[in-house]
Amino acid sequence: MRTIIFRTIAPYLAALMVLFSIFVLLRGHNEPGGGFIGGLIAASALAIYGIACGVASVRRAIVFHPMGVAGFGLFIGALAGTLSFFKNQAFMTSQWLIFDLFGVEIPLSTPLVFDIGVYLVVVGAIGSIALALEERETD
Amino acid sequence: MAGSSVSVDYSEAMATAPIASGDWLVIAPILITMLGGAVCLMLRKNTDIQAKMGIALLGLLVLASLGLLIRVLDHGVITMVMGSWLPPFGIALTADALGATLTLIGAIVAFCAGVYGASTVDSTGRRYGFYPFLLLLMTGVSGAFLTADIFNLYVWFEVLLISSYGLLILGNDRIQLDGAVKYGVLNLVGTNLFLIATGLLYGIFGTLNMADIAIKVAELENPASGTLATVAALYFLAFAMKAAAFPVNFWLPASYHTPNIVVSAVFAGLLTKVGVYALIRIFVLILPESRIFMSDVIGWVAIVTLLTGAIGALAQSEVRRLLGYLVIAGIGSMLAGVAVGSVLAVSGAIFYAVHSIIVMTALYMASGIMNLLGGSYDLRKLGGLYQKNVTFAGVFLVLVFAVSGLPPFSGFWPKVILVDAAFQDDRVWLGAAILISGFLTTLAMGRVWIYAFWRGGPEGTPDGQTAQSVVTDTSQLTGAAVWLPLGILTALIIYFGLQPEWMLELSTQGASGVVDPLGYVRSVFGGEG
Repeated sequence: MRTIIFRTIAPYLAALMVLFSIFVLLRGHNEPGGGFIGGLIAASALAIYGIACGVASVRRAIVFHPMGVAGFGLFIGALAGTLSFFKNQAFMTSQWLIFDLFGVEIPLSTPLVFDIGVYLVVVGAIGSIALALEERETD
Repeated sequence: MAGSSVSVDYSEAMATAPIASGDWLVIAPILITMLGGAVCLMLRKNTDIQAKMGIALLGLLVLASLGLLIRVLDHGVITMVMGSWLPPFGIALTADALGATLTLIGAIVAFCAGVYGASTVDSTGRRYGFYPFLLLLMTGVSGAFLTADIFNLYVWFEVLLISSYGLLILGNDRIQLDGAVKYGVLNLVGTNLFLIATGLLYGIFGTLNMADIAIKVAELENPASGTLATVAALYFLAFAMKAAAFPVNFWLPASYHTPNIVVSAVFAGLLTKVGVYALIRIFVLILPESRIFMSDVIGWVAIVTLLTGAIGALAQSEVRRLLGYLVIAGIGSMLAGVAVGSVLAVSGAIFYAVHSIIVMTALYMASGIMNLLGGSYDLRKLGGLYQKNVTFAGVFLVLVFAVSGLPPFSGFWPKVILVDAAFQDDRVWLGAAILISGFLTTLAMGRVWIYAFWRGGPEGTPDGQTAQSVVTDTSQLTGAAVWLPLGILTALIIYFGLQPEWMLELSTQGASGVVDPLGYVRSVFGGEG
């Protein structure tokens, strides 16, 4: 698999895929997309980079262990639902913060935080599986 | 696009009334374990902090579930709808006496397991994630006990199953993988049946909210129709697999002796009972007509399960496998309660579930201590434990009496209720089976007691003589970590045996809440139900 063409193109491809996954994640609130599918795209970016340049360099690149990333995702996902406690609303009731930034209306919300949590859980879990499988192959 | 605005009256779709902070107790058991499990997962490498944090969080879980139970007893059934979307579209979490009681008992057992695991799970097991998995397992278990939505129940089942797979293969031994494959395959089939049945149910009623289904079933012109009977039969098979009822019980003795003993203890205590809980919820609360229709089948399954469990236990010489069969026998008793279906019988089943959760966990923990003292799980190799630790011998005798259903311990009362309910309903064979199973259990456990404690040494030691005692590594027995959980559970067993009124009242309240779902429905839909 480690042909020169693949090895040259893989870092750019992986970077593009991560960028695209974030785009998919952010548009997910009202349109097709969201945390799950975005996370899958990002995890496949990790997998491609791992196949081309070795698992060790992927682990270096993402700094944290994938399981830790998944744990963090679960944490902020669950935490996003608890904000409504302070407004005497039920768990997971969405809270919005809409503000103007240089004339552009930016809506921030707890569903977005939840979606980022899902994204990280998927990246962490699927990435961890993919890296483990790739590691076995090269051993 | 997002910009195109359509005016929507949210008051018709969303709950706008403010929620009392106390109602957050409904979600608290799930939140505590999920957030805690996530943090433990991030600190996976730091094994010392993990144990302390895990135990503290499980302690917090006990407090939260106790608070929830007290609130339910004060205020009646509590409902919280996720995201404020009104039911049946929003997913409701509803705590009634049944769910809150089982959540509390489950939390106590998990806390005990967390403490016990601090000494018996080594740092490798912790690095593989004992505490995160235990916490997330409790997320699934509490979620299953508290949800009021059938599909959501399925999701919690998945959560607890995935965590249980992780716990099963904690050490990555060959035998553990073998046990996990059997456990995994059967549970996959079971969950698939559950999902198929849920799909069919949704096809019939167009709703997944349990209270909503209960209303729609009651309004049905022909409640014993073929489609509904199919759904009921599928549910029964799926939950019987989870609960390890005959004839789908073989996976339990084949897998429960493979993991770390504290994992076996949690599984034996909690997992099969979640299956029984789902049976009670679905058959008694949602599909009462189908339960009447199937009550003979459930009754016979209960009888055979009671007998297979007890006879299987008699045939075993490996303590953990023997206990596995006793779990199955206990499931038979609870099924007997579902088969009869009166308030009395269901309350007996609930009380029995509480008793069984506590006593089976305690017995597995005790068998772990037997292994530490005597160096084996095999009855042929054990012996002379009475001399090694008299107090432990006494505690074990209490557990023997309790699991056999002998007074004055917690197993006695639910059995009395169940036998009484079976006779009242003219199901003589069912009552007889409970008694016979109790008798056989007494024999099986008496055998363990005589061989492991009274006999002077391993098999072949002549009467009245003491063999050279096996030298074992008792370093794990010096701290409080293994004794404290066993002590707590045994104290509960004695308490429920001597002072059964509190638990009797709780289980009666839980049972009347599912037999007559009015309070449950009202809590979910407001006064109109």
